[in-house]
Amino acid sequence: MSAISMKVNGKAVCGEVESRTLLVDFIRTNLGLTGTHVGCDTSQCGACVVHIGGKAVKSCTTLAVACEGADVTTIEGISKNGALHPMQQAFHEQHGLQCGFCTPGMIMASIDIVKRNGKKVSEEVIRRELSGNICRCTGYHNIVVAVQSAAEKM
Amino acid sequence: MTDTGIGARVLRKEDKRFITGKGQYTDDINLPHQTYAYFVRSPHAHATIKSINTAKAKKMPGVVDVFTSKEVEEDKIGGLICGWLIHSKDGSPMKAGPHPILASGKVRFVGDQVAVVIAETRAQARAAAEAVSVSYGVLPHNVDAAQAMKTKAQVHDVAADNRVYNWSIGDQAATDAAFKTAVHVTKMDLINNRLIPNAMETRAAIGSYDTGSDHYTLYTTSQNPHVARLVISAFHGLAPEHKLRVIAPDVGGGFGSKIFIYGEEVTCVWASKRIGGRPVKWTADRSEAFLSDAHGRDHVSHAELAMDAAGKIIGLKVHTIASMGAYLSTFSSCVPTYLYATLLSGQYNIPNIYAEVDAVYTNTAPVDAYRGAGRPEATYLLERIVETAARELKMDPVEFRRKNFITSFPHQTPVIFCYDAGDYGAALDKALELSDYKNFASRKAASARNGKLRGVGFSAYIEACGIAPSAAVGSLGAGVGLWESAEVRVNAVGTVEVLTGSHSHGQGHETTFAQLVSEKLGVDINNVAIVHGDTDKVQMGMGTYGSRSGAVGMTAISKALDKIEAKAKRVAAAVMEASVDDVDFKDGTFTVKGTDKKMAFGEVALASYVGHKFNSSEIEIGLKETSFHDPSNFVFPAGVHICEVEVDADTGLTKIASYTAVDDFGTIINPMIVEGQVQGGVAQGIGQALIEGAHYDRESGQLSTGSYMDYNMPRAANMPHIENFKLGFTVTKCPSNPLGMKGCGEAGAIAAPPAVINAITDAIGVRDIAMPATPLTVWQAMQPMKRAAE
Repeated sequence: MSAISMKVNGKAVCGEVESRTLLVDFIRTNLGLTGTHVGCDTSQCGACVVHIGGKAVKSCTTLAVACEGADVTTIEGISKNGALHPMQQAFHEQHGLQCGFCTPGMIMASIDIVKRNGKKVSEEVIRRELSGNICRCTGYHNIVVAVQSAAEKM
Repeated sequence: MTDTGIGARVLRKEDKRFITGKGQYTDDINLPHQTYAYFVRSPHAHATIKSINTAKAKKMPGVVDVFTSKEVEEDKIGGLICGWLIHSKDGSPMKAGPHPILASGKVRFVGDQVAVVIAETRAQARAAAEAVSVSYGVLPHNVDAAQAMKTKAQVHDVAADNRVYNWSIGDQAATDAAFKTAVHVTKMDLINNRLIPNAMETRAAIGSYDTGSDHYTLYTTSQNPHVARLVISAFHGLAPEHKLRVIAPDVGGGFGSKIFIYGEEVTCVWASKRIGGRPVKWTADRSEAFLSDAHGRDHVSHAELAMDAAGKIIGLKVHTIASMGAYLSTFSSCVPTYLYATLLSGQYNIPNIYAEVDAVYTNTAPVDAYRGAGRPEATYLLERIVETAARELKMDPVEFRRKNFITSFPHQTPVIFCYDAGDYGAALDKALELSDYKNFASRKAASARNGKLRGVGFSAYIEACGIAPSAAVGSLGAGVGLWESAEVRVNAVGTVEVLTGSHSHGQGHETTFAQLVSEKLGVDINNVAIVHGDTDKVQMGMGTYGSRSGAVGMTAISKALDKIEAKAKRVAAAVMEASVDDVDFKDGTFTVKGTDKKMAFGEVALASYVGHKFNSSEIEIGLKETSFHDPSNFVFPAGVHICEVEVDADTGLTKIASYTAVDDFGTIINPMIVEGQVQGGVAQGIGQALIEGAHYDRESGQLSTGSYMDYNMPRAANMPHIENFKLGFTVTKCPSNPLGMKGCGEAGAIAAPPAVINAITDAIGVRDIAMPATPLTVWQAMQPMKRAAE
């Protein structure tokens, strides 16, 4: 077992983990933050996406011990003072979710896409860069609309 | 309409918890002192179990216990059932082999569960599962539906030729006679590719036994928790229903795969008692989901369509081999029969239809209902052969369809269903207009200038949903009735709780059901709570599948709301000292005719509970009503979808250039949600047509598409661009329910595959192409023409 400490959603956290413990398990089990999901075991579906140092990362393929001292943000950490993040608001307003299971990962990945590509991010780029996030409900249509809509407000 | 009533584009009430990470899916729930289960699964497609040695595993760190079929049999836990009895055409009942919750004596597909390890942590359970030693005697296997009746690999003793049933529908002699008069007959062999549902949340369960109260609780990923409770009580014999609570909390998609009762979930709740009451939690890996969730489709068909000299369809003959997999899953037997062949008339006036279905066992995961369930298979077959017939007759596929459309209602088809209402020509016209069909030729020319082959494909589908009238399905073999229940509780302050037997796992019931309450009672939707998914809270209900939550579930709510209004009127009349007949109710206010007396809905609710101002021996205290609604007919959504594709002649890569869907769902409660259902359904249909396909290796019997590395799920880039995905609606109200609703959940998945394949075959000029039409398949299909041209 290894002792680790990091910042999650702005708060210092620590815990004891096995060397093989994945970041997603540390977040879900040790910290009880169950908004980050596990949808596959091959790093394909993106339900587990969080931000490490502001960049989107799949927490199912990241070892918890590798995040020693890191600044991690999960879906629970992006609303500020009770106000939804523009990406959360856009997913709601554009009906970008149905069952909600892929949604946290979609939102975290989408924030990163907009940050890297700017307000005028094209539909083509959004679709290509969402290739690591699978949704079975929406057909992606309203997700793409939501990302474009949020991009203008971010 | 109120601004949050029927027809309003209301944003979803349930969204907030999902977009902030506060949803509560089964795996998010943890109970004190819980243990973790991991299943040992068969690596063989077909084998006898000679012995299972669990001694080493039991000594591994953290292991609480290991169970096999021996313990299941000791406790007399019954096997899994198939709840729809189909009879063969010779009158014999279907041949249902045993389906124990842990394999007994034999494994029948790769992934069949043979033992369960319970441990303190998931990692410990998994590690110990590796140490369970199973000695197998490998048997010949068969994974191919088409070979099932010829193979030596006999899956179940009860079915010597692997045939579950040989079922038929329609008049064979009349159909043969019609074919003798035909001027043209189109014949096709069509395969409906096997799919894996892939809800993004895998199946999960927590079983918990309370030693003090002798009471069980099962948290599980279910579309129908009451049905799970009924089956676990009545067939597995675990506990009577009053001692078993089934909770289906937030569920991350279902698409049919979470209707069924599976061995793993039953094992968790059984094992909890066996280990002394500690909860047992299991969450499927995605790999396990691929192996063990019920798959969909997997039909091999031959079809023949007969036309007269005028191009009118005069007969259809179909023979289908439908794989059931290794066991009969919960509703599997009705899928290739009453949910399939009854739809073979499509939107067309076909006077003679005869279909025969051989359902067969194969050494593969069980096959059961997946979004559309039988209706996509029927639509694919019919719309492919209709398109091909039009081409062979050198008729415009649009005009060929229009010529054969049913135009008067009600229309009795030769295959049971009586269509109640529709206007197929109107949907076709609207789809042609929305898709700008008249300018297709110029778009095709433009594509050609870019080196691309453009094609257009049509799909005029019909489906039967709103499942289903109890007596009708009972007469066809269903073991349960398919009504739905609702209880409406008005609180003293005028807020409303609706307890529904429907279950929402993405469909937005918390919003649409609240809209109905808002419409009928004039209550703000924020003052309405929809309660579902817990058998201790909600009266018996049948759950969500077959696009039934609107037409059946909401009708039950609507009827309960009518009773609420009637009761509230009596209370209002008493309080306002008027005759009930003089009380009107509109926009949330009760008024007395010819006076200025009025009471708000909330005031009447309060008066109902205070009980001071009326005679409680005449009017009962309280404002709570229940309705069990049994539909009088199926509902028949229909529409026309038009797909345009661009095929890259060099690579075979197909892009969806545009997609137009015009659907008639009757009354629409929330257009935003309905559009979302169509978009999602179409995505699954495009997935089936272009990229998805479950594949078992014939030699090894292994599932070679067992992860997202191998099974190609639709991604954002596979879908048409925003401006090229057009939706439209026509409305003919359903006459069999008071709201006039049909159903929208499955239409996209039903309509899309033939639209896409018709477009590809049009683009590259071939008669047929197999699904999924991958770049390799399309490229290979183009080579004979290329060689001919060279």
